[in-house]
Amino acid sequence: MNVRTYIFFKKSVLDPQGQAVMKALQGMGFEKVKDVRQGKVFDLEIESEDKEKAFQIAKEACEKLLCNPIIESYEIGKA
Amino acid sequence: MKAGIVIFPGSNCDHDAYHLSKNILNWDTCLIWHKETSFNPPDLLILPGGFSYGDYLRSGAMASKSPVMGAVIDFAKKGGYIIGICNGFQVLTESGILEGALIKNKNLRFLHQDVYLRCENHSTVFTEKIPPGKQLKLKIAHGDGNYIADSDTLKKLEAECRVAFKYASPDGNLNEKYNPNGSIMSIAGILSSNKRVLGMMPHPERCVEELLGSTDGKLIFEGFIQ
Repeated sequence: MNVRTYIFFKKSVLDPQGQAVMKALQGMGFEKVKDVRQGKVFDLEIESEDKEKAFQIAKEACEKLLCNPIIESYEIGKA
Repeated sequence: MKAGIVIFPGSNCDHDAYHLSKNILNWDTCLIWHKETSFNPPDLLILPGGFSYGDYLRSGAMASKSPVMGAVIDFAKKGGYIIGICNGFQVLTESGILEGALIKNKNLRFLHQDVYLRCENHSTVFTEKIPPGKQLKLKIAHGDGNYIADSDTLKKLEAECRVAFKYASPDGNLNEKYNPNGSIMSIAGILSSNKRVLGMMPHPERCVEELLGSTDGKLIFEGFIQ
């Protein structure tokens, strides 16, 4: 089963890359874009057809490596 | 005096650290490959700078899960002395030995320049040889040196005198102008609660000979000399 994990900086953390992209977009005329948060996506191919089990494995992968809980949060969804 | 230097794939200041330890300080020095799961406890363990695992995922993230890190964490728990320099500092925060995290520099650029550090706590083995009032002139070379921690952690670090160094002007004033990477409270280096683990972004090992422009880096290691 393919599971997609999304990692983003927590709201409390200033995301310097997101800010740079936002400024570039605003400079191009996208003045309605008020904020940009840049994140990461990991697609995990997990050997399990049981959604709950696969999500549990993805959750552990996020907590142990993919996400640094001090600065980031994660979400898990089906790819 | 025995020193150990851990080498991760992508470490590139390991031999600078070796040169300092072996040739400048005349310490008995061994190199420890990241695949080792144990090592003879040295008097000082050095996690060197570099780009372990290409800085993929997050700087220091994958190195912090290397086989050797179980022994490093154990060594820290038993009161061993560790200095993590640059990528070594990132490995220390990623492994949870030190609090906080290091994210991309505020201006998004890789910075390679001289900085001045104000010592915030002179009563540790790493800082006791730094004359009061002296700012250390050291070099930084990093893309992810922007230190961040939540407000509770920062309060704790300050209250326990665990901020070792702050970026400052040559005469010791704190000012955003002298904070090259945007680190919160201009923090350049922090200590563990037992003050035996130091993580810092600037490179003391690159400032140990007149030829290199500064010898201030040596002061951080001279406290270990009996």
